[in-house]
Order: sequence, then C-alpha cells, then structure tokens
Amino acid sequence: MTATYAFLIAPFLEFSFMRRALVGCLALAIGSGPVGTLLILRRMSLMGDALSHAVLPGAAIGFLVGGLSLVSMSIGGAIAGLAVALISGLVTRMTALREDASFAAFYLASLALGVLIVSTHGSSIDLLNVLFGSILAVDDAALLLIAGIATVSLLVLAVIYRPLVMECFDPGFLRSVGGHGGLTHTLFLVLVVINLVAGFQALGTLMAVGLMMLPAAAARFWAREVWTLSLTSAAIALASGYVGLLLSYHANLPSGPAIILTAAACYCVSLLVGTRDSVRTRYFVRSHIHV
Amino acid sequence: MRARAWFGALALIIGATMPVPVLAQGGPVKVVATFSILADLARSVGGDKVAVTTLVGPDADTHSYQPTPSDAKAVAAADVLVTNGLGLEGWLDRLKGAAGSRARTIVASRGIAALTMEEEADAAGQARPDKAKRVSDPHAWQNLANGQIYVANIVAGLAEVDPANAGFYRQTGKAYNAALAALDRKVKDEIAAVPRTKRRVITTHDAFQYFGKAYGIAFIAPLGISTENEPSAGDIGRLERQIKSERIKALFLENVTNPRLIEQIAKDTGAIVGPPLYSDALSKPGGPAASYAAMFEHNAATLVAGMLMN
Repeated sequence: MTATYAFLIAPFLEFSFMRRALVGCLALAIGSGPVGTLLILRRMSLMGDALSHAVLPGAAIGFLVGGLSLVSMSIGGAIAGLAVALISGLVTRMTALREDASFAAFYLASLALGVLIVSTHGSSIDLLNVLFGSILAVDDAALLLIAGIATVSLLVLAVIYRPLVMECFDPGFLRSVGGHGGLTHTLFLVLVVINLVAGFQALGTLMAVGLMMLPAAAARFWAREVWTLSLTSAAIALASGYVGLLLSYHANLPSGPAIILTAAACYCVSLLVGTRDSVRTRYFVRSHIHV
Repeated sequence: MRARAWFGALALIIGATMPVPVLAQGGPVKVVATFSILADLARSVGGDKVAVTTLVGPDADTHSYQPTPSDAKAVAAADVLVTNGLGLEGWLDRLKGAAGSRARTIVASRGIAALTMEEEADAAGQARPDKAKRVSDPHAWQNLANGQIYVANIVAGLAEVDPANAGFYRQTGKAYNAALAALDRKVKDEIAAVPRTKRRVITTHDAFQYFGKAYGIAFIAPLGISTENEPSAGDIGRLERQIKSERIKALFLENVTNPRLIEQIAKDTGAIVGPPLYSDALSKPGGPAASYAAMFEHNAATLVAGMLMN
C-alpha cells in the first residue's frame, strides 16, 4: 500500500513542478480532446500537424521582440498560425487548389521562415527551446494561459457545436437550412490554433499536436457519439499525461516524449482491443449477422 | 537526358565558385578560430598581424553549431585554423574536408592534462559506471593556467606560419600570459575569501569542471554535459531535494541553456538565480564578458557574490 502510494502519488505531493505539470496536462486534455476529435471527424488529422509548424515563425518573432516571454511568444504564435489558416482557407475558396495542398504550401513556407528567423537572429539553442518546450518548466502564468484557452475552446465549441458537426457529415444540408459553414469552419480553425499555442508552451510545437491527435484517434475505438468521443479522448489525454509524468519521474525519461509515447501506446492498445471496429472485434469476435 | 544536362551545369557552377586556397602573400595572416574565446586569444596574441574570423560567435553554442557556406569559405581561405580539440569540434574535420582547406591547424589545448567526464552524466552527479563512457572534458579554458598553455600553443603556431613576425608573437604572448597569471592570482584570492563550506553552486551546464578543480568550488549540475538533452522529471525532483537538503542558495544560469526551467526550480526551492555565467562563449562586445579575461573576472565576481548567500 505504502509502496503504491510512494510510486503513484508521492511525487506529486512532494514537488510542485509535478503538480503544475499535471494540472497543465489536465487543461490541455480538456481543450485538445474535443478539438482533436472534430479534426479527425473532418478528415483533417494532418492539418493540426501543419498548423503546429506554422506557429513557429510567429513564436520566433515573439521571442526576438520579448525574449523568452510567455505572452509575446504566444501572441506571435497565434498570429502566425491564424494567418496561415486564414490564407489557406482563402486560397481554397478562391482557387482550384484543395485545402490540404494550400495548407502544405503555407506551413512549409512558414516553417522555413521560422528556422531562418531563429538561426539568423538568435543562437541555435533558442530554437530548441521553441521546438521542445518543457512541461516541467510550466509556471503559473503559463498554466493560466493554458486553462484560459481550454475554457474559451469549450465555450466556443458549445456555441458552434451543431453547425460544426452538421458540416462534418452533411455540408449541403447545413447550407440548405441557412447555416454559415464558412464562418463555423473559420472559428474552428481559430480553436485549433489557440489550442496548439497552449500545447507548445507545455510540450513544444512538435509535440503539442501529439496530445491532440493520438488520444482522439484512440478514442475512435471505444466511443460512438461525438460527445463521448470527445470525453474519451480528453480522458485518454489526461491519463497519458499522468502516466507519462510518472514514467519521466521514475525511469528518468524526458517528459514530453514520455507523455506522447504513452498516448501512442494507448492508441496501439485501443487499435488492438477496443470495443468498436478494432482488430479484435473485426477479426476475433464472431460477428452477429445484423452488425 | 535533360535532367543530366542540368546536373552537369550545376556541377560546373559549383566547381567554378569553390574557393581555391592561396597562401597569404603579405597582408595579415588569415586566422579562423572555431569559437569566440579562441578568437579573442588569437587576437590578443596576433594584434594587427592577423585577421581573425570566428565560426561560432558570441552567445552561440558550439555544441549545436551548424556550418554556413560563408563559414566554409572562411575555412577554405584560412592560413591558420585555431581549434580547441579534446572533442569539442566534432564537426570540424568534415567542414575542413568540404571546404578543401589546407590551413595549418593549431590545437590550443595541446599539452594540457585533460580531465574526463562521463558522456552520460547523471543529473545528480552520481556516477553510473555501468552505463557511462569516459570522454575528455573539452572546457579546459575554464582554468587560467590552461589559458596560458592555449596562448603558448597559439604563439608557436603563428610563429611557424608567419616566421617574419615570430618575435612579435612571442613578445605579445608573453605580456598577455603575464596578465593572465596576475588575473589567476586575483581570482584565487577572491575565492579564498569565501568560507570553504559555502563554496558550492548549482549551474545549468557542467562546463566548469576545470574551474572548480583549479579554484576549489563544487559545481553541481542539473543537466548532463551536453545542452541537447531534456531533463526528466526524476532529474529535477532529485535536484530540488538536493537544494533543500544541502541548503544551497546560489543558482546560476548559463548564457546558452533553457532559463525557464531553472527559474521555476528556484521559485520552488527558495534559491536565488544569479546573473548569467559565461562558459562556452563570450558575450557580445559591450557585454560583461566581451573578452577571455573579462569573462573570468565576471564569472569569479558573480560566483563569489552568489556563494556568499549560501
């Protein structure tokens, strides 16, 4: 009993950085769970990855202006991410290029610009700080930012939930009842960007998207409704954060990769033994005729 | 077919623009130093007889350096290459080969009794003999006695390449080394004034092994030897315990590692974060450590002020 306690709970009681990291994971999970689920439903799984790279030049400019300051890097990152999202959306609507192609074009340009800015104006180690933030270094201001972003995401999602889900499945019907698909889509992209900005404070731009997509993909094998998917995804993200932090503490692993790999392990397990459409249910459970 | 023609043309263009090494006729000796501290030493010895180019400039990190084409150009045109050795510049041989350099290489650390360190040092400084590989610690310049050997090596190298000015180099080198020896005594006196039990600090990067040995300070590092690895939660937990149990107040950032993390640790433990120490790179001109000697004076004064708070 005491051994279990020492293993699972004591690290969080002894060290405030562990508590802050866990609360950070909770806030990230709450915001990223629903956003990741909707990204997958909209077949935009890789868009999050593209946007997470697009954030880099903004964060780099923010860094040059304000140093390693939370506010300036977040504002810069959000502006760059939103610019790429909006310009890609605009190009998609005005030309024949599909959205994924214009996203690819703009995020690559944006990433290259970010690396250029960082390596010409700062020393190279700063780039690593932007790319691999550390959840162990999250301070109170960063926690407030992450929690604030999670709150805003949930409120905005509550407002645009119906048209958003409708647009996922039947965009024609949404337009026929007078819904604004474009506006909803734009608002949703804004949510994706600000959640990624929250994530890069904690895990770095490269891994922020991992905590968004992996739990959402894993949840797909357990839940059916959009809201249960979101909830499962948030729960898996939080569990990955907790287990990943414990792994990082006991096995001496860097915390960001430990969290993401835990989420990846959840995904693999779900893929194999989940209750819906998993390898197990498809090939090893004798199916009933009506399924 | 067409593609092949394009590649042929490209190869011709690249070939034509590759600089051809020429030995300097008259004019200053073209010296390329791998990082800012060596550049400062080369300038101090060579004066106006040398033109020094630096590959890894002030405030930049030698461990994560990536050569640019202009660096390759500088190396190709150089008469003399001043390097630290001891495994610091792992990228140098490839850069020299790529640039087609025929420069004479001065290994500034030659003849120094190198300390070793574990390639995978434990965060708490505990040895892990099962895993660790001993490698030589390149940060030998963090001891002013070694600095004088660096200067002697640079003097010898320059005198060989530019025999006409050999007397000049020997003279400036001798005067500069006398100044370094005086500074060495001054730093030793300053640190000796701090009570022995208080001579312990925590810093982000263990580049101060030579400094600690020479001047009697225990440097405790939260990160490994390289600036590349991210600390684990376990590492930070052990460090916080250590700060609390040993009552160390002096916590120092380096000019090249993640400052957010150490500020957070300071906040959790009640330690005080001191001004930056300079270990692998000088500060930009006008900064507190614009030259090798200024770096030492700054580091010593900063460390003394921090240790007195312990």
